[in-house]
Amino acid sequence: MEIIGSQRRPVHIDVVPTLPLYRSAPPLEVRLEDFELYAMDRLRVLKGIADGLSRGKKSEEMKNLADHLWKANMRHPDASEVVNKDIISHFVLRLVYCRTEDLRKWFLSMETNLFRYRLLFKGPETQRALMVEFNLPYRAASNAELESVKEGLKQVAQSFGQPLAADAIFYKVPFEEVPELVAGRRVFIHKGYAYIAMNQVVSLVATQFRSHLSKALILTNRKWTSTIREQEKDRLTPIVEALCSSYLGPDYSQPREFAEISIKDIDQIAKSSFPLCMRHLFEKLREDHHLKHGGRMQLGLFLKGVGLKLEDALAFWKAEFSQRVGSERFDKEYAYSIRHNYGREGKRTDYTPYSCQKIITSAPGVGDHHGCPYRHFSEENLKAALGKMGISNRAVEDVMDKVRNRHYQLACTLTFEAVHGISCDAGINHPNQYFSDSQKVLQSKVHACALCFVPRLQEAYTLKCA
Amino acid sequence: MTKEEIENGTADMEIDQRELMNGDRSELNAVPDGFNANYLKVYYGKLFPHADIFKWMSYGNDGKHPGCDESYFGRREFSFTLDNDIYLRFQSFNSASQLENSIKEKCPFKIDIGPVYSVDPAKRHAYAQSGNNVFTPVEKELVFDIDMTDYDDVRYCCSGADVCLKCWTLMTIAIKVIDPALRDDFGFNHILWVYSGRRGVHCWVCDPKARRLTNEQRSSIAEYFRVYKGNENSQKKVSLTSSALHPFLLRSYKVLEEFFEGNLLSNQSLFSTEERYEKILEMIPDESITSELRGKWQDNKKSSISKENINVDRWKHVKKILKSGKQKAPGLGKCVEEIVFSFSYPRLDMEVSKHMNHLLKAPFCIHPKTGRVCVPIDPNRCEEFDPTAVPTLSKLLEEINMGGLGTDDDAEWDRTSLGKSIRFFRSSFLQPLLKSCKEEIENSYNAKLQHSKTSLTW
Repeated sequence: MEIIGSQRRPVHIDVVPTLPLYRSAPPLEVRLEDFELYAMDRLRVLKGIADGLSRGKKSEEMKNLADHLWKANMRHPDASEVVNKDIISHFVLRLVYCRTEDLRKWFLSMETNLFRYRLLFKGPETQRALMVEFNLPYRAASNAELESVKEGLKQVAQSFGQPLAADAIFYKVPFEEVPELVAGRRVFIHKGYAYIAMNQVVSLVATQFRSHLSKALILTNRKWTSTIREQEKDRLTPIVEALCSSYLGPDYSQPREFAEISIKDIDQIAKSSFPLCMRHLFEKLREDHHLKHGGRMQLGLFLKGVGLKLEDALAFWKAEFSQRVGSERFDKEYAYSIRHNYGREGKRTDYTPYSCQKIITSAPGVGDHHGCPYRHFSEENLKAALGKMGISNRAVEDVMDKVRNRHYQLACTLTFEAVHGISCDAGINHPNQYFSDSQKVLQSKVHACALCFVPRLQEAYTLKCA
Repeated sequence: MTKEEIENGTADMEIDQRELMNGDRSELNAVPDGFNANYLKVYYGKLFPHADIFKWMSYGNDGKHPGCDESYFGRREFSFTLDNDIYLRFQSFNSASQLENSIKEKCPFKIDIGPVYSVDPAKRHAYAQSGNNVFTPVEKELVFDIDMTDYDDVRYCCSGADVCLKCWTLMTIAIKVIDPALRDDFGFNHILWVYSGRRGVHCWVCDPKARRLTNEQRSSIAEYFRVYKGNENSQKKVSLTSSALHPFLLRSYKVLEEFFEGNLLSNQSLFSTEERYEKILEMIPDESITSELRGKWQDNKKSSISKENINVDRWKHVKKILKSGKQKAPGLGKCVEEIVFSFSYPRLDMEVSKHMNHLLKAPFCIHPKTGRVCVPIDPNRCEEFDPTAVPTLSKLLEEINMGGLGTDDDAEWDRTSLGKSIRFFRSSFLQPLLKSCKEEIENSYNAKLQHSKTSLTW
């Protein structure tokens, strides 16, 4: 792809695929302005998809949302340029999102989702054509083969509440090629082969797409670090770097000054400023003097993001755990991983605190207390927990209403608003955001109090002013 | 002394010696229960099947065929936990004797098996510099770990680290559900089930395809097997859709129902007290039904139903009401099945299965807390397995003592209780596995030869 100045020499691609596969950067020329604008439009689509997923929308809704986002953002006045915009924007974003593992993971996930939803909108012809494109040598199962597994196929169809069509086509595919279908028990598997219905072909193709893109991103990263970044340092590099940070928001890996806390304040602060997920973990830790791995990660990284220093973190966890397992065992078995989280051990990655999206999609099991209470708690338990936070019955009802509609982050936002008595327009996307917003509110109230000498919140007096 | 007395005295002595040789053997040879470095030294010296583990881990790459990968065994990670909790990772060996000598010398309290890496783990630092993840796992058995403590909320006979024949049924069920699925659904053949030494079982799937699965693929298999979700904060932990079940679940349900009704109901006395039956009533999302049942049972307390029948009877009531068809509330359709699944369906440790670089305890290790050997379990006869009868380290040492003089050093294990396990390991797992590995090595070697022949002709 060649980036040129203000001159424009459009190049038409001869063969227009029904859905671009982004196999290789095509020989197109792009204006510098379009470089940035196209990418931002596409980023709006990807961000919208991320948002929809974090609200727990199901496949059908997501499909429509993706279509809507695409139509709204990816148009072009010149019809022949629509495909070019698609391709160019993808490749620009590859540059932006190839640079760290977290960025790659996010981009890979959203692009694959986007691809899948777009593919679902196309018909079986396109889907079959893409199977060929991806060199998926899967043949349709013969009638004889189908006879032998008919009972199982029928049962699987019934488990979706659909009858098995008499002439249904199935593809016989090694099970490891379709992990999503296997994981969801959405296919019949026999002797290592999965029998895939036509409409599940999309999943197949999407998995291939993802795997190709994953490898491509690693290659792009190598090229970026070795040549492109330096070569383009006056032209593209600043654009690429700006594109990324303007959309993902702060990741709370570097806690800001005013948010530093010490362990003697922590109980008070947990009550006033922790979001429910962290409050629950914190309370369970105080109660049981223990948390399982998932909980230690979720709470531990949150505390790091909030400003708890490593030494204080070690003292804090040790004070709790030693009441259950003894201080020797703590030093032997748990201290290492706390240091690991702070980037002082092993491969020295400084781990970032989990965002709401990550927490919502986690799967707490037996003995776990992590995850998102709005998603993972039963109604009863959630109402009780909210009540303990001092929220009025009316507000609890509003929150439960959001939960029932699977808008977990909106539920948390409403909780924030109820606890702090002000509105939160941005919405909660990250537990550390909840915390820093909460601290901002409480401390501004302290300032206001100091000015007019009237205590608004009892808690405000026990907080340190920044 | 008189002549008679002397004679009698000698007779006594003769009798004593005979007694020593026959009846009081136990006193002479008795080895007190325990687990320590001295015992382990003898175990690793005479009983632990070093050569078998080596053969297994080589997967046919013993250098005898030109197609063998001579670096294969050396790229496998082992880890040793020594006395004093010293933990040694990234141990690797280039031959059977190196493995054996290291184990005998270090006397590890626990041996774990990790993945086969792209390069010898001992050289990993040399490759870390390039930052391109050149040091990475390339093969690892697909493994499962089922631990009794994950079932603490549904077993009343024991809790925590304890295990008895009653709750062991849950492990039997797990094997009877997972093993057929691994073979029939996923097409795997080389599967080893092992007692974990205290309160659970491990499963090693060793087919070449299984060893090469990615983390994502392992994860999908673990998810395929997962039914139980949630914890004390959520309410319903098993949630089956109201329409029909997937064939795997249907097939499993037959096993579950058989054991639930024929064994767990009574052995765990699931309905015998109010606290216990309330737990089951909690899973029924219909107030009218639960209050009807509650009413019935609170009355029955006064009647003369013998304790044995109470669980079976009450379960019959539950089934009758739930299947009666008069329920209009949604979520009742599969309620009976959900209850049965909750109490009996296998609960896997997902993290163990999902990651290629997970280290799992090697078979034939000894569990430090119980002294029991991690012996293989025959999945076809798993109902007969008794964890309380598994040979312990001290028992084995006693048996060695009884072997006496003039015995052949080579196969001392064969004269102990361990013999049966090692023979089973070889005949039902190792030999078929090695045969199939050899075939694979030959076939791929021949295919390469063929390919180079055809390309030469061009």
